[in-house]
Amino acid sequence: MLSAHSLALIDKEVIKYPAEQKQSAVMSALRIAQIERGWLSKECIEYVATYLEMPAIAVYEVATFYNMYELAPVGRNKVTLCTNLPCQLQGADAIAAHMQAKLGIGFGETTADGRYTLKEGECMGACGHGPLCLHNNHKMHDHLTAESVDKLLDDMK
Amino acid sequence: MPYIEIDGKQIEVAPGATVMDAAHQAGIVIPHFCYHKKLSIAANCRMCLVEVEKAPKPLPACATPVTDGMKVQTHSPKAVAAQAGVMEFLLINHPLDCPICDQGGECQLQDVAVGYGGSTSRYSEAKRVVKDKELGPLISTDMTRCIHCSRCIRFGQEIAGLMELGMSGRGEHVEVMPFLETQVSHELSGNVIELCPVGALTSKPFRYKARSWELSRRKSVSPHDGLGANVQVHVKGDRVLRVVPQDNEAINECWIADRDRFSYEALSAEQRLTQPMLKKDGQWQAASWQDALEQVAARLGEIRAKRGAAEIGALASPHQTVEELYLFTKLMRGIGTENIDHRLAQADAAVGAGARWLGMAVADIDKLDRILLVGSSIRHEQPLIAQRLRQAVKRGAQLDVLHAVGDDLLCKVNARLIAKPGAWLNNLAQIARAMQDAGADLGVVAAEIANVSVSDAARSIGASLMSGERKAVLLGALAQNHPAASALHVLAQAIATASGASFGFLSPAANSVGAQLVGALPGPNGVGARGMLSAPKAAYFLLGVEPSLDAYSSAEAAAAMRDADFVVALSAFKTAALDTADVLLPIAPFTETAGSFVNMEGRLQRFHAAVKPLGEARPAWKVLRVLGNLLSLGGFDYDSVEAVRADALGGEATGDFASALDNAAPEASLGALNIADGLERLGETPIYQLDPLTRYSRTLQATPDAAEPVAWLGSELLTRLGLAEGDQIRLRQDAQAAVMTVRRDDRLAVDAVRVAAAHPLTAVLGARLGPISVEKV
Amino acid sequence: MSLNTPDTQVCLWTLQHPEPASLATYMANGGYEALKKILAERTPAETIIAEVKTSALRGRGGAGFPTGLKWSFMPRSFPGDKYVVCNTDEGEPGTFKDRDILRFNPHQLIEGMIIAGYTLGAVAGYNYIHGEIFAEYESWEGALEEARAAGFLGKNILGSGWNFELHAHHGYGAYICGEETALLESIEGKKGQPRFKPPFPASYGLYGKPTTINNTETLASIPWIMRHGGQAFLELGKPNNGGSKIFSISGHVNKPGNYEIPLGTPFADLLEMAGGVRTGHQLKAVIPGGSSAPVLPAEVMMACTLDFDSIAKAGSMLGSGAVIVMDDSVCMVKALERLAYFYFEESCGQCTPCREGTGWMYRIVRRIEHGKGRPEDLDELLRIGKNIGGNTICALGEAAVGPVVSFVKHFRKEFEYHIEHQKCMVGN
Ligand SMILES: Cc1cc2nc3c(=O)[nH]c(=O)nc-3n(C[C@H](O)[C@H](O)[C@H](O)COP(=O)(O)O)c2cc1C
Ligand code: SF4
Ligand code: FES
Repeated sequence: MLSAHSLALIDKEVIKYPAEQKQSAVMSALRIAQIERGWLSKECIEYVATYLEMPAIAVYEVATFYNMYELAPVGRNKVTLCTNLPCQLQGADAIAAHMQAKLGIGFGETTADGRYTLKEGECMGACGHGPLCLHNNHKMHDHLTAESVDKLLDDMK
Repeated sequence: MPYIEIDGKQIEVAPGATVMDAAHQAGIVIPHFCYHKKLSIAANCRMCLVEVEKAPKPLPACATPVTDGMKVQTHSPKAVAAQAGVMEFLLINHPLDCPICDQGGECQLQDVAVGYGGSTSRYSEAKRVVKDKELGPLISTDMTRCIHCSRCIRFGQEIAGLMELGMSGRGEHVEVMPFLETQVSHELSGNVIELCPVGALTSKPFRYKARSWELSRRKSVSPHDGLGANVQVHVKGDRVLRVVPQDNEAINECWIADRDRFSYEALSAEQRLTQPMLKKDGQWQAASWQDALEQVAARLGEIRAKRGAAEIGALASPHQTVEELYLFTKLMRGIGTENIDHRLAQADAAVGAGARWLGMAVADIDKLDRILLVGSSIRHEQPLIAQRLRQAVKRGAQLDVLHAVGDDLLCKVNARLIAKPGAWLNNLAQIARAMQDAGADLGVVAAEIANVSVSDAARSIGASLMSGERKAVLLGALAQNHPAASALHVLAQAIATASGASFGFLSPAANSVGAQLVGALPGPNGVGARGMLSAPKAAYFLLGVEPSLDAYSSAEAAAAMRDADFVVALSAFKTAALDTADVLLPIAPFTETAGSFVNMEGRLQRFHAAVKPLGEARPAWKVLRVLGNLLSLGGFDYDSVEAVRADALGGEATGDFASALDNAAPEASLGALNIADGLERLGETPIYQLDPLTRYSRTLQATPDAAEPVAWLGSELLTRLGLAEGDQIRLRQDAQAAVMTVRRDDRLAVDAVRVAAAHPLTAVLGARLGPISVEKV
Repeated sequence: MSLNTPDTQVCLWTLQHPEPASLATYMANGGYEALKKILAERTPAETIIAEVKTSALRGRGGAGFPTGLKWSFMPRSFPGDKYVVCNTDEGEPGTFKDRDILRFNPHQLIEGMIIAGYTLGAVAGYNYIHGEIFAEYESWEGALEEARAAGFLGKNILGSGWNFELHAHHGYGAYICGEETALLESIEGKKGQPRFKPPFPASYGLYGKPTTINNTETLASIPWIMRHGGQAFLELGKPNNGGSKIFSISGHVNKPGNYEIPLGTPFADLLEMAGGVRTGHQLKAVIPGGSSAPVLPAEVMMACTLDFDSIAKAGSMLGSGAVIVMDDSVCMVKALERLAYFYFEESCGQCTPCREGTGWMYRIVRRIEHGKGRPEDLDELLRIGKNIGGNTICALGEAAVGPVVSFVKHFRKEFEYHIEHQKCMVGN
């Protein structure tokens, strides 16, 4: 189900915790699995559960509790825009409108070609640099303007 | 001891007690939903908020430890305001349609809500709707009603030992659910029905059958395993509509197993026998009681006269009552046969000096430090004892296991010896030897075990038993059914004695102990069940048994029944297994008769009929009484079940049989401790094939645990035999053969083949724990 | 003393150097000296705790609890593992200081955690890093590698015979994990649902073991205190409010960003440093301590100094030091709608008042914002708030109520206008 590379990364997480606390690595394991497979399918969750010797439902609880996991397929490029108050004050609403108009989709939607998914995010802890967004969870782009958004989106494959 | 003033009452509480505990002690009721005495504290519903002096905010009674001198008000304006605030929140998204809710009338939310008035909701936003979940045949869901108290989830984690339900999502979107499409399958899962304080989880078979206030409640005792769980039978008119637990801390606490709860469906199954039947020219025909009984008396008399009473075999189910088994035994001895037995599944007919029992109180199991479990598929044999063992392990007990398969016991196991049944004696001897090496005195077996070589696991178990305070060595059904049961008994008892452990038997049936107490056992000149079936008799008298399912060797039993001149069965069901009988007499199951069981700890538990017998069925004790009189045996003039009981158990039947309970080992030598080559069958009774009630409950039969049997083999054996999962194989025992599908289970011992017994689909096979061969078809 | 320069900077002083995050920069400027000294002299834990008490360091995570006192709660003679945990789950809207500590001075946090581990007798430490800042998670892992290679972590640290390990744990999008017991649950591989207290983490923390949890900035301040002395730290700030503190200023200012200035600095000075209110606008309101802190009208805020006591007196909290500035273009109903949505969305869902109440409040505010308000709504909001506040397992319940109550209290007219006219007062 997961590549040897991913499993090696998971193993590296597991050893951070006491031997009988493998479950502590579940968040990282899900993150690593999601990087490899794009989203967390039922089989993927079961696989992680077996790997970490956890009940599948306990893994599912975790996967559904934290916002950044995807339980259904998303576009190749997931763009999560922070719309919380500080970013809103700094112009996030206009950026949101611009992104939606440019891609022709609303928040929570994916373009027909599977290239983009737009999501609304909560505070990303970088408010002084807003408006800002995350690309595929792990890359932050800040001080967004209409022009920088155009370039950013166009550069995404 | 901390001292608390609660609602003006001054009491002392145990150290560590919570405000909720203090309230209980003081007889004060604090409204609550998430709190449950058997579960960990979650403090999530916030319903139990109370006012605590000096605390700026109300505190949850369930989670707040009492500190010395604390002053608590549970019903002050501040407390009530906080509680009413929580109640309002609980109701804003809860459907207010109690009249159509299955929980209506027994809903904690409804009960508490009524106390807070405020019938009109101020909430005018859209209400939440939650998708229902498919949990399988036992539990029905109405998830919009869920108040997220998490009791059902904690039950799984803490009591069942298996997290089958969880809460996905977060915030307002949390939903109680199983993992995606998985259904719940744990043998105790039905308990969430009572745990759920609202109508989110309800009984599926009971759904919409009745309103709670229409039901009359009768206390009774579960007729399945040897625990004797206390139950309430809920009746409307003449029908049992459901069975729920009756609290008894000493026995079942507040739980019951799913088979205790759902076997009642068999009471109205199509297989119910509701009138006497006679076989005429190979066809069943309805008969009057009089004709049927006269026929039985005549034929038994005839066989006794022509062939001798020793040609009559008498087999009774240990799920029958004390009174029934007593009269059965009395009748058979009156006729003159000593071939009497209730131990159909046992291969070894040795009879002990007293009744074999648990050797300790059930409630003390939780307090054990060391447990050696020999030959028990405990979760299926004794679902609630398995639960108590889990609690013991959680407290720190070491559980050691000798079995042919390393099943998941849903708790930590200290060490396991996994060996095919024929190697158990040797493995047990290894444990004894390990203890001997550590300086223990193994008494009578000391010499016989001296040459056994000891494995690491045996050494670890030996060390475990040599430490700790409160210990027990327990023999499960498989050890009791084992061909070398007597030797296992001798050895296990020697181990118990040498380690200072108590020693006992996990009684497989509700009345295993009672059956022994009333002497439903072969007399000095008689043979036991196995002997009666392997060397067939001319006639059989059956009480509550289905020989081909209940016997140690199904094939032998089926042949014996087929070839007998005359078979009479007293049974509540007309089933394929009884098709070879000549007379069927319909008797009343436990809900339709008064009686008593003696459980594994020797506790006599009486019960009354909850409804009247179905159709023409009659309580078995009355049928036996008439037969006794028809056969002119004398001493059958009982006018009540109490009178029978007094005779059966002697005198007052006080319920204390301590003196009659005795696990003293038979005087047997261990015999050979070497291990013979060859494959062996591990033939267990599936959890829902224990007795006719479980077998004919539609709902139980629809669960995963009732799936059609397959043959389980380990990988190594599969490879050796050139087999793959999914292949069809032919299993042979002596002349018998069955074709089955192969599945893989690497927890099985080398050379062990797991094929369920007590099942129609494997009834062609022979010895439960005997040699078996496997070939690909 | 000039503000936001090495004169006043405790954590972000490395910014004055070309490679602020490097081990070399840190060590060239006294980094790890405090640790070396402690290990060489085997400084008793009591001495360190006393120094921290002297410094009047108060927790930078929001509650402002005195750190020295918290450390003294750890059981001394506990016979098993103990842990220190750092809270970098910075998700409180407006707060972005801890991220900059990871970006610009990771080693000071590492040194602070090691000293904490030594003082508290911990076997290991975990730093819980906010899900959305993956780059910082990775770079901090890198810094840990450097520290390991330099012998500051692992077995027999600097030949002292003492062992200690540090790890990063990455969150994945849940504000509630900033709450310390939710954070512990999350490290344990579960949903981040806060625990009921008592027991407190000092007796039942990570994996049920005694645990001390501090904010990133709190822990990063420790090496400075040990190097310069508690008294020096105290003197940076004012009594009971020791040290400098990073203020994250965002919203309608010309130069949003982090400013590390002494506690007690007038708010006006911070506003000036941040380039003042957006050109052409007037200051309307300020949320002085992260989104959970009650909002204060401009004139109240302008009279405050930036320290725990002054802001508390004004009816709000210094919280995490996240200052959200709103000018006269802001519709307070709309602003509240967004905050109410945040708490509704982030409620963990376990306890009734928060699970049910945050959604109820949000829906009412949304109705008002969308022209469907009713006259009774404002009192209803306050009533619901009262039933949530204080009745929940953790402080998120209260945090959700704070904005609602303060917005309605200080800007009631604006809400009433919205309800009456189904539109905004601002811009009309
Ligand atoms: C809902 C909620 C969110 C919190 N978020 C954070 C956070 O992001 N970072 C933080 O350090 N503390 C946060 N806290 C406070 C922590 O629970 C805890 O008090 C703090 O980490 C202790 O560290 P300190 O004493 O050094 O401040 C939060 C508390 C609550 C109730
Ligand atoms: S107050 Fe909210 S976030 Fe805190 S425990 Fe309760 S439901 Fe969870
Ligand atoms: S019973 Fe105490 S909070 Fe639920």
